[in-house]
Amino acid sequence: MIGLSHYLVVSALLFSIGLMGVLRRRNLLMLFFATEVMLNAVNIAFAAISHFYNDLTGQMFAFFIIAIAASEVAVGLGILIVLYKKQGSLDLDELTTMKG
Amino acid sequence: MENLVYIALFAPLVSSLFAGLFGMSPRQTFVGIVSSALLFVSMSASLMLAYHVYQTGAPIYVTMKEWISMGDLFIPFGFVVDQVSVTMMGVVTVVSTVVHVYSIGYMDHDKSFNRFFSYLSAFVFSMMVLVMSDNFAGLFIGWEGVGVCSWLLIGFWYHKPDQSREENPSISPSWAANEAFIVNRIADLGMLVGIFILYWNVGSLQYSEVFAALPQLSEIILTTAALALFIGAMGKSAQFPLHTWLTDAMEGPTPVSALIHAATMVTAGVFLVIRANPLFSMTPEVSFFIAALGTFVAFFAASMALVNRDLKRIIAFSTLSQLGYMFAAAGLGAYWIALFHLGAHAFFKALLFLGAGNVMHAMHDELDIFKMGGLKKQMKWTYIYMGLASLALAGIPPLAGFFSKDAIIETAFNEGTLILWIMLVVTAGMTAFYSFRQVFLTFHGDERYKAFGIHPHEMYKFVLVALSPLAILAAIAGFFQGGFHDFVTRLLPEYQMSEHTHHLALVLGAIVLTFAVGGIALAYKKYANGLKRDEKTENGFLYKLLANQYYIPHLYEEIISKPYAMISDLMWKSVDLKIVDATVDGIAKFLYKSGDGTRKMQTGNLSNYLNWMAIGGIVLLVIAMLSAMLG
Amino acid sequence: MYEQIAFYLFSMLTVILFLITVMSKNVLYAMTSLASGMVLISGFFFILGAEFLGVVQLIVYVGAVMALYSFAMMFFDATRSIKEKNTSSALVFLLGGMSALVLVLMFAAPIFSENIQALYPMHPEAGNAQDVGIVLFTKYLIPFEVAAVMLLVAMIAGIILAGKKMDRSLTQDMSVDMEKEIMIQKDAK
Repeated sequence: MIGLSHYLVVSALLFSIGLMGVLRRRNLLMLFFATEVMLNAVNIAFAAISHFYNDLTGQMFAFFIIAIAASEVAVGLGILIVLYKKQGSLDLDELTTMKG
Repeated sequence: MENLVYIALFAPLVSSLFAGLFGMSPRQTFVGIVSSALLFVSMSASLMLAYHVYQTGAPIYVTMKEWISMGDLFIPFGFVVDQVSVTMMGVVTVVSTVVHVYSIGYMDHDKSFNRFFSYLSAFVFSMMVLVMSDNFAGLFIGWEGVGVCSWLLIGFWYHKPDQSREENPSISPSWAANEAFIVNRIADLGMLVGIFILYWNVGSLQYSEVFAALPQLSEIILTTAALALFIGAMGKSAQFPLHTWLTDAMEGPTPVSALIHAATMVTAGVFLVIRANPLFSMTPEVSFFIAALGTFVAFFAASMALVNRDLKRIIAFSTLSQLGYMFAAAGLGAYWIALFHLGAHAFFKALLFLGAGNVMHAMHDELDIFKMGGLKKQMKWTYIYMGLASLALAGIPPLAGFFSKDAIIETAFNEGTLILWIMLVVTAGMTAFYSFRQVFLTFHGDERYKAFGIHPHEMYKFVLVALSPLAILAAIAGFFQGGFHDFVTRLLPEYQMSEHTHHLALVLGAIVLTFAVGGIALAYKKYANGLKRDEKTENGFLYKLLANQYYIPHLYEEIISKPYAMISDLMWKSVDLKIVDATVDGIAKFLYKSGDGTRKMQTGNLSNYLNWMAIGGIVLLVIAMLSAMLG
Repeated sequence: MYEQIAFYLFSMLTVILFLITVMSKNVLYAMTSLASGMVLISGFFFILGAEFLGVVQLIVYVGAVMALYSFAMMFFDATRSIKEKNTSSALVFLLGGMSALVLVLMFAAPIFSENIQALYPMHPEAGNAQDVGIVLFTKYLIPFEVAAVMLLVAMIAGIILAGKKMDRSLTQDMSVDMEKEIMIQKDAK
C-alpha cells in the first residue's frame, strides 16, 4: 500500500535533484529550470499531506505556490532578457560585478 | 515670605546664568554691574528674612518640589530659613555682594571678566543651597556645588604653567585646583558615609526627622555617623591633616580667596557641625576630638603663618587658625559662639583679603611682603582697612574679633580644658604677631619695592567705598553679641559660662589681651622700622620647618602622590595595556581577521553563494533531525 | 494495485526526467524533459484525488510557464548546447546527496499524527473542484486576491522588462534618448 511516506520520499528526492541542479548549473536559465523542479517537488508533498490528512489546506498552499511560480517566471524571464541584452551571456561566472 | 526665600536663593543663579551668557565674549563692565545688583537683591531678601525671623522667631519652611520619591526614600527640594541658616545667608550674601563689587575693580584687566562673574555667582548659589537646605541631600548638593565652583575659581588662571615647589609652593593654579578638589573628594566620601549611616538607621534625610530619631540610636552608630560627618567637615574646612589645599588655593584670584577660602565655603564645615549639633552633643568623645583638633589646628596654622613671606598665604594660615577656633568652640558645645565667630571672622577676614588684593593690584601681583614696605603713603585707605581688620583679627577691643575670640577662649577655660585654653591664648598672641608683622612689613618702614621698579597706586574709589560695609561690620559686629546670643539660642543649645568663669572673665580677657598686645608690640619692635633680616634665624631648623609648612606637602608628595603615581604607572603598563587594552584590541583584531578571511567568500559569483546557502540549509536540516531524534 | 503501479511509474519517470533537466547540456532537451516531468507530476495530483490542482498544474506549468520559457528561448541562442564550467561534481553530489539522505531519513521515519486535526476537511461527496472553490473563496479569499494582484504586477513587470523598447537600456536616462530621437527627426526633415 502506498502511504504518505512514499510520496514524501519521492518529493524529497525530486527536491534534492532540483538542489543539485541549482548547485551545479552556472547558466541562469538552467537555474530557473532547477528551481521549477524544486517547487514542484514541494507541491507533491503538499498534495500528499492534504490527501492523507483529509485537509484542503495543503492544496491551497500548492495553488499559491503555483501562482508564485508563474509570477516568478514572468518577472524572472523579463530580467533574464534584459540581462542578456546587456551582457550577452547568462553565465554566472561572468556576472561577478559584486565581488567583495 | 516664601517669595523672599526664592529671591534670596535664585538671584545668584540668575546672575550666574546671565554672566554665563557672555562667558566667551570680551570684558563687559555691565555684566559685573548686573551680577552685583542681583547679589544685592539676594542680600536684601536675606536681610529681610533675617529681620522677619528675628521678629517672629518662627522658622520658615519652604518645599519647592519633590526631588526623589521612590519607595521609602523621599527627598524634597526643601528649604528652611531659621536662626542658623538666616545668619549664614546674611553673612554669605553681604560678603559676596561686596566681593562682587570689588571684583569689578579687581578683575578690571582680566580678559575672562565675564566668566569670573558667572563662576562667582554660581558659587554663591551653591552656598545658599548648602545653608538653606532642610535635608542632608540638599546640603550635600550645595556642598559639592561649592566644591566645583571652588575648583573652577582656584584654577581660574589655568593657563599659568607649572613651576617647581621651590619657586611657587602651590606649583600652578590648575595644580592647586586639582589638589583642592581631590582632597575634598576624600573628605566628601566620609561625609557621604555619614549621611548613609543616618539614612540607613533613621530612614529619612530631613534634619528634623533625623534629629528627632537620634535618641533611639545606639551609641556606636551615633559616634560613627558623627565622625564620618566630621571628616567631611574637616575636608571642606581644611582641618589637619587635610589642610594643605587651603594655602595652595591662594593661586586663585584674590576676591575668590576672600569669598570662598576665607569667609564662606571653608566655614561650611563649621556650619555642618553647628547644624548637626543634636548629633554632636550626643557624642561627647567626638565633640572633644573636634575641640582638640580645632585647637591644634589653630596653633599649628598660626605657627606656620609666623614666618611666611607670602601676603595671601599668611592670611590663609590665619583663616585656618580661626577655623580651628570655631571648631574648638563647636566641639566644646558652644555652638552659638562658634557661629558668632564664624560671622565676625567672615567680615574682617574678607576685608583683610580684599585689602591684600588692593596691595597685590598696586604691586603688580607681587606677593612677597619682604619686597614691599612703606605703602601707607600711597595706599592710605587700604592701610586703614587692613589695619582695622588685623586689629579685629588680633582681638583688640572693641572690634569684632575681640568679642568672639575671647568668648571661645573663655569657653575653653570654662570647660576646664586648661591645655586647650593655654594653646588658644598663646595662639591669640601669635595671631596678633603675624598679622601685624604683615601689616608693618607691607605698609611701614623703607620702601623696598622701589628696587623692583614698581609704582604702587591706590585702588579705584568705588572699590574702597564698597569695602566700607565690611569695615564697619568688622568694627562693630562685636557689640551685637548679646542680641545675637538671644537670637540664635532659640534654635541652638544655650551655653552659659559658669559662675566661677564669670567671676574671672575680666582676668581672662586681660590675659588674652596682654598676649595680643604683646604680639603686636613684638611685631612693631621687629618690623615697624623696616626689614632687618636675621640670617641666623632664617637658616635655623625651626624657621625652615615652619617656612616649609612642617614639610607636610613634601611628605604627602613622598608617601602618597609618588607611590600612587608609581602604582598607577604600573597598573597602566601591566594591567591596562596588557589585559584590558589587549582584550579589547584582541576582539577588534579577531573581527578584522575574520572579516579579512571571510572576504574571500564574497566572490560575487551567485553559484558560490548558492553553495554556501545549501551547506547552511543542510546543517540546519541535520540539526533539526538530530534534535528530533534526541528530543 | 493500479495506484501502486501508477505511483512507482510516475516516480521513476519524474526522477529520470528531472535528472535529465538538471544534467543536460542542451536547453531544448532540458526544457522538454521539464515539461514532461510536470505532466507526470500532475499525474501524482490525480492519484491523490486533487483533480483541480492537477488541472491547474497542467494549464499553468505545462501550458503557460513552458510557453513562456519557449518564447524566452527565442531571445537566447537555444539550439547551441550550453558551455558552462559546472561546479565540481563531487561537491554537488555531496551536498545534493546529503540533503537527499537527510530528507529521506526524515520522511521515511514513522509519522506520529494522532493529534492532527483537519482544518478544512474534504467532502468527497461534493467533488474536489467544488471543495476547493468553497475554501478558496471563503477562507483564502484575501490571499487569493493578493495572489491575483501579484500575478497582475508580474505580468506588467514582464511586459515592461521584455517589452517594446527592448533596444534601450533600463538603467540609462530615457530623456537623453528622447532628445536624441527628436534631433534625428529634425535632421531628417
